[in-house]
Formats: sequence, C-alpha cells, structure tokens
Amino acid sequence: MIALFDILASAGLWAAVLRIATPLLFGTLGALVCERAGVLNLGIEGIMTFGAMIGWYSVYSGADLWTGFLIAALAGGIFGLLHAVLTVTLGLSQHVTGLGVTLFASSFAYYIFRLFVPVAGTPPTIEPFQPIDIPGLSSLPFIGPAFFSQTPPTYLAVALALILAYFLFRTPLGLAMRMTGENPHAAEAQGINPMIVRYGALIFGSALMGMAGAFLTLSAFNSFFPTMVQGRGWICIALVVFSSWRPGRALLGALLFAFFDGFQLRLQTALSGVIPYQIFLMIPYILSIAALAVMARRARVPQALMQPYRRGER
Amino acid sequence: MRFERREHRSPTLIVAAPLLAVLIALALAGVLIAIAGAPVPEAYWHILTGAFGSRLSATETLTRAAPLILTGLAAAVAFRARLWNIGGEGQFYLGAITVAGASAHLLGGLPSLVQIPLLLVLGAMAGMVLLLVPLWLRLRFSVDEVVTTLLLNFVALLFVSLLIDTVLKDPLAFGWPQSESVADAAMLPKLLARSRLHIGIIIAVVLAILVHLVQSRTAFGMQSRAAGLNPSGAAFAGVPLGITLVKVACISGGLAGVAGAIEVMGVQGYVTTNLSPGYGYSGIVVAMLANLNPLGVVLAALFAATMFVGADSMSRSMGIPTYIADVTVALSLLSMLIALFFTQYRIAR
Amino acid sequence: MTVPILEISGVSKTFGANHANDDISMSLAKGEIVALLGENGAGKTTLMNILFGHYLADAGKVLVDGQELPPGKPREAIRAGIGMVHQHFSLAPNLTVLENVMTGTEPLWLLKSGVNAARGKLTAISERFGLRIDPDARVGDLTVGEQQRVEILKALYNDARILVLDEPTAVLTNIEAERLFITLKEMAQNGLSLIFISHKLDEVMAAADRIVVLRGGRKVAERKASETNKAELAELMVGHRVKRPIRTPSAPGDVVFEAIDVTVRTGGVDRLKSVNFHLRAGEVLGIIGVSGNGQTMLAKLLSGTVHRSEGEMLLFGKAIGDLSVAEAIAAGIGRIPEDRNHEGAIGEMAIWENAILERLPSFSKHGLVDRKAGQEFARSVIEAFDVRGGTPTSRTRLLSGGNMQKLILGRNLINRPRILVAAQPARGLDEGAVAAVHERILEARNKGTAVLLISEDLDEVMALADRVQAIVGGRLSPSLTAEEADARTLGLMMAGEWKAEAVNAL
Repeated sequence: MIALFDILASAGLWAAVLRIATPLLFGTLGALVCERAGVLNLGIEGIMTFGAMIGWYSVYSGADLWTGFLIAALAGGIFGLLHAVLTVTLGLSQHVTGLGVTLFASSFAYYIFRLFVPVAGTPPTIEPFQPIDIPGLSSLPFIGPAFFSQTPPTYLAVALALILAYFLFRTPLGLAMRMTGENPHAAEAQGINPMIVRYGALIFGSALMGMAGAFLTLSAFNSFFPTMVQGRGWICIALVVFSSWRPGRALLGALLFAFFDGFQLRLQTALSGVIPYQIFLMIPYILSIAALAVMARRARVPQALMQPYRRGER
Repeated sequence: MRFERREHRSPTLIVAAPLLAVLIALALAGVLIAIAGAPVPEAYWHILTGAFGSRLSATETLTRAAPLILTGLAAAVAFRARLWNIGGEGQFYLGAITVAGASAHLLGGLPSLVQIPLLLVLGAMAGMVLLLVPLWLRLRFSVDEVVTTLLLNFVALLFVSLLIDTVLKDPLAFGWPQSESVADAAMLPKLLARSRLHIGIIIAVVLAILVHLVQSRTAFGMQSRAAGLNPSGAAFAGVPLGITLVKVACISGGLAGVAGAIEVMGVQGYVTTNLSPGYGYSGIVVAMLANLNPLGVVLAALFAATMFVGADSMSRSMGIPTYIADVTVALSLLSMLIALFFTQYRIAR
Repeated sequence: MTVPILEISGVSKTFGANHANDDISMSLAKGEIVALLGENGAGKTTLMNILFGHYLADAGKVLVDGQELPPGKPREAIRAGIGMVHQHFSLAPNLTVLENVMTGTEPLWLLKSGVNAARGKLTAISERFGLRIDPDARVGDLTVGEQQRVEILKALYNDARILVLDEPTAVLTNIEAERLFITLKEMAQNGLSLIFISHKLDEVMAAADRIVVLRGGRKVAERKASETNKAELAELMVGHRVKRPIRTPSAPGDVVFEAIDVTVRTGGVDRLKSVNFHLRAGEVLGIIGVSGNGQTMLAKLLSGTVHRSEGEMLLFGKAIGDLSVAEAIAAGIGRIPEDRNHEGAIGEMAIWENAILERLPSFSKHGLVDRKAGQEFARSVIEAFDVRGGTPTSRTRLLSGGNMQKLILGRNLINRPRILVAAQPARGLDEGAVAAVHERILEARNKGTAVLLISEDLDEVMALADRVQAIVGGRLSPSLTAEEADARTLGLMMAGEWKAEAVNAL
C-alpha cells in the first residue's frame, strides 16, 4: 500500500502521464477530426508509423527537430489525401481502405528505413526535444515538475485539443464540418461541399496522426525501430469513441489512459518477478476494449460516419 | 469527376480486376526499386527465380502459401457476411500456442492419426473463441468489431509471450523465449523429402474448396451472404442474423486458428513470438485480391507467398530491403479496391 | 401581368434512357402559390432539384427576377432567394435547431460564429410566421411536424423569397397538414412565393392558386385552381380515366386470425396499444392511417419480425405463442413488406435466390440448396405474375419497382397463402403497376385468402377493403364495413375521431 501511494505521489509519474498521453492525444484528435466529417480513418496506425520514421529520419539527416516534426505532419497529410481519394471520391469501404493505408504506410516506412539505415547493432539515435520549463509555473512544488516541464510538442498537443474544441463548436467552419459528418446532404443543400470538407478533414486529421508518430521518435524516444507504434493508433480510435467525439474529452481520455499506463509501468517495476510483465502490457488494450463496450451505445455517433457521399445518390 | 453505376457487370472485368491490380502494384513497387538504385527488371527476375527458380524455393513458396490461404479464407468468409474480422493475427497465434500446449502436455502420447486431427480441431477452437469475444461485444454492446479484433491481436500476442515465458517455456532453449515443442507424432507429414513442404498446403486447399461449396451450395451459405448484403432484408426473410454471424465467426476464427496450428505442426514445431510474419494481416489482402472468392484466395495467397519468398532472395542478392514485398502486397490491396470500384462504376461523361 | 419572380424555361434532363424532364417551362409570380401536380416518377422532384442546383440540366435555364441562375450551384440558388423543404428532411438529428439553421449561412473563415445574432434572427422569423420552436432543442428530440417547421425556418432564415416544398404533407397528420396550409397562405400574403409538389388532388385544390400538371417528364397542363376540378386534374395527371379494379362482394369465411388486446412495446414505448382485429378467409381488412402511427409494427407482428408484449393471438382458432418468421411462413402467411428495397429483396442476389430465400427449408435437402427447383420456382413466378426485365439468374436490383413488387407478390401468392399481409403494396409504383398489384390482391381474396391491407392511401383502401379499421397513435378503431366507410368518415377516423363514439357505445 505504501508502495502504491509512493507511486501516486511522485511527480515523475505525473510527468510521465503527460508524456504518454501526448501521442495518444495527437492521434485521437486526428481521428476525431476525420470522424466528425464522417470518415473513419483506420490508416492511423500506419500513418503514425510513417510519421515516426520520416520525422526521425529527417532529423537524423540534418534537419532541425521542428522541421522533422513538420515533415511528419506533411507526410501524414499526403496519406490522408490518398485515403480521401479512395473513400471520398470513390466512396470505397472505409474499413478496408483504412487497413490498406495502414499496411501500405507502415511497410513503406520500413522499406525506406531499411533502405537508408542499414541493419546495425543498435539503431542510430538523434538528440530529441528537451523539456521546457514554463517560467513561474514550473517552479511550483510537485505541480511544476509534473505538468510544466514537458517537451514543446506536449504543450502543442494540449493547446490543439482546446483549439479544436473551440473550432468545432464555435466557428462556422466547425459547424459545417459537424454537419458534414451528421448529414452531408443537408450540408450540400446549405451550400457546403461535403467532398471538400471531408478532404480537408482527412488531410488535417492525418497530419495530426503523422505528428503523433513523430512525437514517439523525436521526443519520447530518440530512434526509430519497426513495430514501435504498437497498436497506439487503434487505441486512439477507441479513445475517439470514449470521448464522444469531443476534443475536450479526448484530452481527458488520453490523460486517463496515460495515467493507467504510467501507473502500470511503475507497478511493473515494483512488482517485477511477482506478476509477469505481459499482464501489465495487456492492460491498455483491454482498457480500450472496455471503454468501447461502455461507451458504444451511449455516445452520439456522427450519423453519416462510414457512409460514402455521392451527389444525387441517397 | 462523376461516376455512374454500371447496369451490367462484365465477368471479364471482374476477372481482370485482380490481375490489373497486381500489375499496377508491381509497377509502383518498381518505382521504389528504381529509387533504391537497382535495375527493376533484374529485381523482378530475382523475385521470380527466388520464388520458383529451384526445387527448394518452389517448396518454400508453397509452404508460405499454406497459412496465407487459411488466413485469407478466414477474412473472406467473415467479410462476405460483413463481419470485419481483422483479428486473424491473434487467432493465428492462439491456434498455434494451443496446439503446442496440448501436444506437449495432454495429447503427446497419441498416435499421429488421432493426434493431428485432434490438434487441428483444438487450434480451430482457440481461434473461434478469440473471435467470439468481439462478436459478442458487437451483438451485445454495438461495438465495432474492427477495432476490438485489432486490439485483441496485441492481447493475444502478449498472452502467447506470457505462456512461453512461464508455463509453456521450453527448458532446453537456453533461456530463449520459445514454447515446448509438439510431440513428434504431432508433426505434419512432409509432402516432399528434403524440403519444409508439408501437407498443410493440401489441408488449406481442401478447406478452400469446402468453404466454396458451403458458400455456393448450402442454405447456410445463402443465408450468410444475404445477411452480409442486406441485413434487414435477410431478417425479413427469416435469416437469424445473430446465429448466422456466430456461425460465420466460428468458421472464420477457426480457419485462422488452423493456420496457426499447421504452421507449428508443419514447420517450426514450437511457438515463438515471431512465428507469423503478419499472416493475419496479409490474409486480409489475400481475401480482397480474391474478391472474397474462396478459390480465388488460393491464387491470391500464391501471389503473396511468391512476393514474400522472392523478395527475401532478391534482397540477399541485390540489397533491396525485403519490405518491398510488404509494400507490393499492400499496394495491390489498394489498387484492387480501385479496380473493384471500376467494375461497378464508370466515369460519367 | 407582372414580371414573374421565377421562370423555368425549356428544362430537360435524362438519366440513362429515362427522360425525367422533357422541355418543361413554368413561372411563378410574387405572392403566388403554385402546385406541381403529378404521379410518382412524373419528374416533379427532378425539376425542383434542377431549380435548386442539385442536378445539372441537360438543357434549359432557370431565371430569378429575370436573371439566369448558374446551373449546378446550390449556393447560388440560395443566394437568389430560393429555399427548398425536402420531403425527407435534410436535418442533422444530433445538432440543435439553431445549428441546423445556421449551417452554411456565415462566411466559413470567420473565427467566431455570430450565435447570438443568429438566435435573435431565428426567433424574429419564427414569431413573424407563426412557426414557434426552441432554437436550442436537439432536432432529434422534436416531432415530425416540428422538424418540418425547422426545415421551413431554415429556408426563411436564408431570406428565401421563393419556397419549394416537396410533398410537404406526406409525413403529417390531417390536422398538422391543415395547419401547414394556413401557414403557407399567410406566408404568400406576406409576399413569399411558393411552389409545392404533391400528388394529392384535395390539397392541391385547397391550397394552390395555380396548378401545373406533369406526366412522364412533360408538362401536360396548367390550370387556375378556380377554373378546374379534381376530376379533370386526375385525368390530366394519369392520362386516362382512373380505372380501379371492380370489386365483387366478398364471401367471408372462417376467422383465420384474431388479435385480442395485443400490445407491442419496443424501447419502452408502446407501438401498438391493446389492439383488436380479426381476419376472415376471403376478406380484405384495410388498415388506414397516416404513416408513423404503428402500421409498421402491425405488419411486423404478423410477419413474425416483432413479438407482442401483451395480449393474445389466435391463428386458425388456436392460441399461439410468438410467431417467428419461419413459423409465419410455414403457417401459410404471405408477407409483402413496406420497404421493397430494404426488406423485400436483396438487390445484389439473383432473382431465384430472392424468390426462395424465405422458403429455404422447402428448397433444400440436408442443408444443400436445390438450385434447379429454386430456379424452376422463380421461372414460374416470373411467368405467372408477368415479372418483366429479368431472368431467374439475373440480379434483382435490375428490376423496376413494379416488377420487383410483382416478384414479391408472386413468391407469396403462387402457393395460395391462407393469410396475406400487404403493407403499402402499391407505394411508389406507377399507375399500371398499381392496377396489376391490386388485381392480384383481389384475386387472392376471391380464392379465399384473408388479406390484411395496410395503407396510407385512402383510394387504395376504398378500392380493396371489405372492412376498414383506422390506426392512430398505435390504437385501432372499431371496424366499419366498406359500405359504411365513405371518405369523410374515414378521414375523421384517421384523425382519431372514433374514440368519443366508442366510449359512448360502451
């Protein structure tokens, strides 16, 4: 019990929570934007992988960290464009297309990685983002080191959640996007082109997914290795449902999730030898499934999610 | 650009679609090979000879094709009833570990003729169970099974990792995490001496034919097709949707479980966490390339196996990363989706 | 004559081989209500979709205040002051009234929505036109009539001067419809110009100043409401005198089905409230009512796709438990579903498969489907019921609506069912197909089938039913014989006006 309390009371845990939450938050916001416009983007896992690789590789070959981060976002946007051509213009099954994008993006990432970085004993590393102390706030006891000594992308992710919440619920374009996800025919009747909205949402959302991946290699770790995304993309898809398609709740969901993850990581070290580590590693996935089961019926799903829109066809 | 539905679909077009898709994928992959600075025709020649150039390579390709046929069938059967089983990978591993555990601890003493069929059934059941969980969640809580089956893949792999670290750990493996081996009597007979080719490929092809017959000839096949195409129409016609989906899930999960079982019993004899190079995921591509046709799955699996085996050998001789095979297979899925679209639609004037 | 506010001239549009619109011209003056009258498929909706920029016309143009509208641009149509109220509402149930109304009304790149100004404007409009509604209510929580109000408000909010209403009464009760027409007339007096699309003669005569009649994609006539009558309009609309099958008096036999105080509850709501009815061999029981009053549940109850929560059911005199689909079919109940495309047939499957799907047990042995017998059965249905445009092995989706309905009728009637449940059997069919369907239903009744006919179409029920019950809010009225049932009585019954009498009778 004392050990449990020690874990909870350490600022390190809470700092870790924000760090673990960041890629989930980027990814969840990205998927959320796509789904609000009515498109399920299962390309997320692959796009994150590609973002992780290309972000890292850019920095490895001399770009500065932010450039690498942006390149990852750009690459994500390109995959989003591909997804949009297939699911919006052609109206193909969003499930299968998304998996196709994931398979393509991840294998493409591995291919490029192996092409430029021949097999070595230990993967080459870069100098990742360093934590930045927020003046004033970071010197607060406990709270300071826990929340205000993070790397810049973490602050960016949190800010994005708030900006997106404002965008969706307070701006005309946000309303147009929600309408497109609820009823594209109505949107069209009111002079909004649902196709363009969906293209925009997919490109922007996928760019966020690229950033989610880049955070892994440019901030959380300092190198790339295949399979490093480890299903985080799928967890993000579950988190979107858990958050009822609201960016504010996505922030809470990602933090809650990261809290369990950070907690189990520490528990794992505390209890190593007693409980096999695999049990702990399973927790995030099982937690995601449980979250889906609890929320699936309660959440107000965008009504046009996964329905292709074709003009004149109802 | 606008599209209009084709009133009549030409059968030629439907047959041509996968061929076209594969050609486009190969062409695009060719660009990547060229970027890597290698001569493209030579690279493809290496892939082809690498997959079929010798007795050894041809048997290796067929050995690879066997699990791909089964995971491809698993996806095809499920997708046809609109059950999005993306959990083939997890079901594969669960089938594999069940067979290893059962043979090492329970059935090892039984003669081959009894033990092999029993193990195959157990492997199938393990796969079924893993798919029935997400199906239950879908029927009970309306949870989209795509995400749950995907997530369960990770759970299953960790579960296998847990078992081969603890209760099923092979004490003779010098600390390597691998399971105990199956009994010798559990190993599938070889088809050809001095090769890894085992009767798994025959099991797979026979199952493909069986699945085809079930889908095209039986009442259940017609009902599950109806349920996939139009659930409310099927329900009106008295098709019990829930039960039909449960049956489909049993077949689909079972096939993926068998894939894992034959891989253990035919090739490696024990389970490690890298037993599958993504057979479950490749199965989805195989199923789509076959346009969900069980017999087409056999051909599509052969294509994928050719790419994987051929790319391995090409990689060794030309220094192109083996991942080119995965890229090609993924690209062929995307181009197949587009090709299928154009069998149903045309560009409006 | 003043300059028309709207002019449509020479509009043509083809879909494949089908001439949906063929050189149609019409005009609309300020403050005028014009009805666009025609059967389903006459081209009314296509014309309005062209007007609104949803479709591109092959030829012709649309002028507002003498200015040509750029084709295919809904936004331009809105800007010119055209507002459309669709038959199927274009609303997002998860969003609020205000959000639904505001979508697309502001420049998309504004950094902040003017929510308060918008709420003020909406309130002002709804007060001015008597369309009261809570701007912050979730649309999904509103009644159908209120949702229509939101649709109209949406158009008015966009400063519409020309309002197009597509079959506005299709989903309303009689009382709601009357109220709507009063509102529309007030709007016209306030300077709005209105076009409403309809195939109902009564409402066209009651509400319109001028009537444009379409048939088969062409404009066949234009009349002032004061200078025409229903008979003439009906003839113009249909092209020949409406001919309904002539009915021989029925010779009802035994009671084959009886429902006693049956209640059906789904999702905590009573969809049917202790209803009583019975079916007799050789007799048609017509159930009349505005859609959404429980008809669907009634049909499902006998089709085996929904189970009762309370009450008793007797089939052939014996009390029965819940019917499953298989039991219903085995008992000889033929079923014609309300929604052909979603329930009646599976478009991507072959005609023969659709013919036998609900009777699979009798067409399979040891779980194997007898394809030969199935295709033979389909062939005999195609021949006996004159299904055109397909062979047993061709895909069902390629059949026209009428032929698909004949297939559905045929697979049920060919083996002489003892009971036939026909839900909206003629909905959306052209006149020729309607006549064929009605003929088949009467033929079955004459051969001794007990028919439960569920319809919203008064004419259809008058033409076919031997006895009539009305359904309102999940309750069934007492039954009337065909002779007692004149249009006025039935109209009252559909509005729920039997309760007082029923209470008095007790």
